[in-house]
Amino acid sequence: MAVSEKQKTIEREQWKGRTRRYDILQEGVIAGIVVAILTVGLAVVFSSPDEPALTFKSWAADAPDDLYATTVKELAGTSDSAEYGPPYNNGSEGVSIGPIAPQKWMGVQQPVDPVNDFVIIPLSNQEQPAKVAAALAIWKAATPDQQAAWAEAYDTALNDPEGADGDVTAVPEGDYGPVPDLATGLVGMAASGALDGILPNPGQFYNENNTKQILFMGDGGYLDDAGTAAHLQGNEWGMMNGIGKYPGQQWLAPFSFWYQLPIFNSEDETGLAATLTANADLYIMAIIGLLTLIAVFLPFIPGLRAIPRVIPLHKLIWRSYYRRG
Amino acid sequence: MTADTQQPPAEFVPTTWTGKLRGVAERKLPYDKALPETQPAYVASWIYVFGVLTLVSLVVIVITGAVLAFEGPMWYNSSSVGLFFNSLHFWSVQLFMFFMVIHLWGKFWMAAWRGKRAKTWITGCLAFLVSIGAGLSGYALQTNFESQWISFQSKDGLNATGVGAWFSVTDIGQMLLVHAFLLPAVIAIIVIGHVVLVRLHGVVPPIDAAKVEPDPQVSPAPQESTVGEAS
Amino acid sequence: MPSILHMIADASTYLTWGWLSVSVPNLIVILLMILVFILAIVIPFPHDGNDTDDQGSTK
Repeated sequence: MAVSEKQKTIEREQWKGRTRRYDILQEGVIAGIVVAILTVGLAVVFSSPDEPALTFKSWAADAPDDLYATTVKELAGTSDSAEYGPPYNNGSEGVSIGPIAPQKWMGVQQPVDPVNDFVIIPLSNQEQPAKVAAALAIWKAATPDQQAAWAEAYDTALNDPEGADGDVTAVPEGDYGPVPDLATGLVGMAASGALDGILPNPGQFYNENNTKQILFMGDGGYLDDAGTAAHLQGNEWGMMNGIGKYPGQQWLAPFSFWYQLPIFNSEDETGLAATLTANADLYIMAIIGLLTLIAVFLPFIPGLRAIPRVIPLHKLIWRSYYRRG
Repeated sequence: MTADTQQPPAEFVPTTWTGKLRGVAERKLPYDKALPETQPAYVASWIYVFGVLTLVSLVVIVITGAVLAFEGPMWYNSSSVGLFFNSLHFWSVQLFMFFMVIHLWGKFWMAAWRGKRAKTWITGCLAFLVSIGAGLSGYALQTNFESQWISFQSKDGLNATGVGAWFSVTDIGQMLLVHAFLLPAVIAIIVIGHVVLVRLHGVVPPIDAAKVEPDPQVSPAPQESTVGEAS
Repeated sequence: MPSILHMIADASTYLTWGWLSVSVPNLIVILLMILVFILAIVIPFPHDGNDTDDQGSTK
């Protein structure tokens, strides 16, 4: 829409028309008092959420079979962490959009080796019962191929949906080496509380990095079930949901929206839906990046920047000004 | 300048970087423009208070955040005073985003980028975006179940873009410094720029003000202090 | 000891229509945002009658 030269001049130059007396500092002080009162009022009436963190000890107490099965997956290299890829390891190439693969390009910047970091090293840093100590010795003396063979065999047997299906007592006889004893040892270590202390930074005094703990816990069903119980899963608008009865991050609704679409939640194994679902995080980030650029550069986008003229809410906002003219 | 001088003061000719900066500042944003006692008559709607409400909410966030920072990220898990300050911080964030979204809606429907004010719009959007990043680092820092979940989930989007290789939401040490120092400093710089731009360009005149305002008189002499085009 | 059962009991009510799902607290905040925005542009703003015809003449 053409804008007159007079209008452009008025917009660009210092306002020469009618003014009113106005106290900018007073407005700021009044606003500050209003917001302070609102904040204190809301805090006093509603408080804020503080759900205690899950621990390996609580995992061993609440869901020991899940911890056991997850430990086996770590040893077998079939856990989500083991197959995550950069920045943690080279278990996979990570997500990509065609040839665009920034996850891979950035490389392994935060090395995590689930077999050793989650299981072997913690077990080695505490005195274990005789059976577990012996299992550790056998494991360490074996070749990597032998270790993998034992662990993969046990993982397959334990998680066979037509066989044991997670029930450790129903696993058929097989050549599993020290793997069952290692898993039992780790669950015992978690139940005692020692794993929470030792896993972060074995043998060291300080720690501030919780990556290993989060990755290990996320590999199992325990953290995931807690997320579901708290209604925080990505495909149920979890990104914007708050915890408990509290409001969450409503401003993330446009971001959370994309994770609800069926095409990013497909069970297909091949085809476009499968590709989009497998790489959903990067596709959705790309969409959000594009929408963000559109929003930031809106003043330069014809059509979009004309919407306020086409839908003239401004006539309401400035109605007293238009009337006086 | 003494009160009884009859001649106008000699024009200041800068010869140093400092002097040139001062000259630009005096020309573009003299004190009476930075701190006026008047505002255009069209600034007469409640929608205009949402900018300052957003700003003071940010101040409350910083003050409550400073208390939390002083006591450390695990304080409020075991202290009822700490929990109260955490509540203050949580609700001031909710208010901040609430006011900022309404401020954004108002500015959109007023097409407030008109008259060379694109930078004001852009800095406002940047403040919004960086605030979301600050919020994420804050949520990841809570040392409770919510931070476990949020860091576990958000790492995937960040890792997908490669940003996660350097910005690790599961590293509390990194999140603490990013949240309590780095991002607030960035937000402060952006917000100061945003507010200075508003003072520089003035509040955007109404759409179709040309139909209301009288035609400009021809000025016999050029204005001494001209509104600068966006620089 | 943390417990998932505690979290199930503590979660807020969710309103669901097909793929759209929103928690009641979030819905309240979003509706309030829309309401306050509408009120802000509709409620008359008081004029203090100190208008001038050109800038600065009240100084």
